[in-house]
Amino acid sequence: MAERLTLELATPTRLVVAETADEVVVPGIEGYFGVLPGHAAFLTTLGTGEIMYRAGRDEHYLAVSGGFAEVRNDKVIILADTAERPEEIDRGRAERARERAERRLSGRGVEEAVDYARATAALARAMIRLQTATRGR
Amino acid sequence: MATLRDIRRRIRSVESTQKITRAMKLVAAAKLRRAQERILAARPYAGKMAELLGNLVSSAGAHDEAPHPLLVQRAGPRRQVVIITADRGLAGAFNSNIVRRARDFIRQSSAPDVTLVVVGRKGRDFFRRRGFTIKRDMLGFWDRLAYGHAVEIADFLMRQYLDAEVDEVHLIYNEFRSVAVQRPVLEQLLPIPRAEAGEGRATTVDYLYEPSPEAILGDLLPRHVRTQVFRALMESLAGEYGARMTAMEAATKNAKEMIEVLTIQYNKARQEKITKELLDIVGGAEALKQGAEA
Repeated sequence: MAERLTLELATPTRLVVAETADEVVVPGIEGYFGVLPGHAAFLTTLGTGEIMYRAGRDEHYLAVSGGFAEVRNDKVIILADTAERPEEIDRGRAERARERAERRLSGRGVEEAVDYARATAALARAMIRLQTATRGR
Repeated sequence: MATLRDIRRRIRSVESTQKITRAMKLVAAAKLRRAQERILAARPYAGKMAELLGNLVSSAGAHDEAPHPLLVQRAGPRRQVVIITADRGLAGAFNSNIVRRARDFIRQSSAPDVTLVVVGRKGRDFFRRRGFTIKRDMLGFWDRLAYGHAVEIADFLMRQYLDAEVDEVHLIYNEFRSVAVQRPVLEQLLPIPRAEAGEGRATTVDYLYEPSPEAILGDLLPRHVRTQVFRALMESLAGEYGARMTAMEAATKNAKEMIEVLTIQYNKARQEKITKELLDIVGGAEALKQGAEA
């Protein structure tokens, strides 16, 4: 078990993480999955959630949404639409986004299904951001 | 014959022009650096995306009875051209190269129905004046170019394509080769060219897929298109600054040469004037002397 994982996390605008890790937990579209060295080749779409990666005893968290995750030969590559570390999250903005989404969801009836799905997704993203923002403080 | 004062005025005017061109050059150089960094920063994502796409198309696209709509080649004649120019000029042939390339392409394509999507004020103005059908334009965002802009354009293009309003979408933009070299390039955006999608590549990885390969591909293709558009926008932006920097550098140099020529002219004229004055004085003194002798 000498092997470790290589983790790369990129968004369309930048490379966010390029590190080695002992364990990575990723929010797949069908639920969170953990990756340890020796994992089978795996490809999934990414849900909205928190990525956790552990190097030794240090745990790091990132809020991500949308994209893909690939596991192959002890390499975890994540292409996310957005990815933010706790210190990068604008809590005020996330808070406002959450309120907006909640307002839309509670006041619905006239809205179309598309808007409902959108608001739900926005709410999920805001919640995850707020959750991640409290990590490591 | 220009008087001394005229020449001095011209020198001053050229000097102030030079100040402006030099400042513009410095600004363009600073912005160029940032634009280049952004292109580099975006590479890991785009590179990995292309690799994934190749893997998926060769494994998911293998059972080819129902390929993804964004990959399907249609026979229809309706073409759309996305033309990316800058909002501003003073960048050498940056904009006119694109405009020329686009006109050539439109003229050559036998498609009777060509619609445009123009990004950047220069291109918009040109094609609007000439009465082309502009489906959509996007201006005034270059200073704060973000991925969201690419998403907006790309999603608009894909929506039209999937609604079968157009059969082909092409992209014309300036590729950033180096600070001094930008080259207009033409790429087919939709349907996604099969070669680009890595069709027939041998290296297939046996993945576990979640959900199905087809579903992942369906998620990946739109992102691929957005990434393509984003890259084109970033290349164009870096190219614009490169072109402006080069143009302003040349302008500053020309101004310097002009000032030199004018300064020589000025000195000559001044010398001539002094000589003439001297001659007048000597002539006058001579006349006085002669008058006294008489």
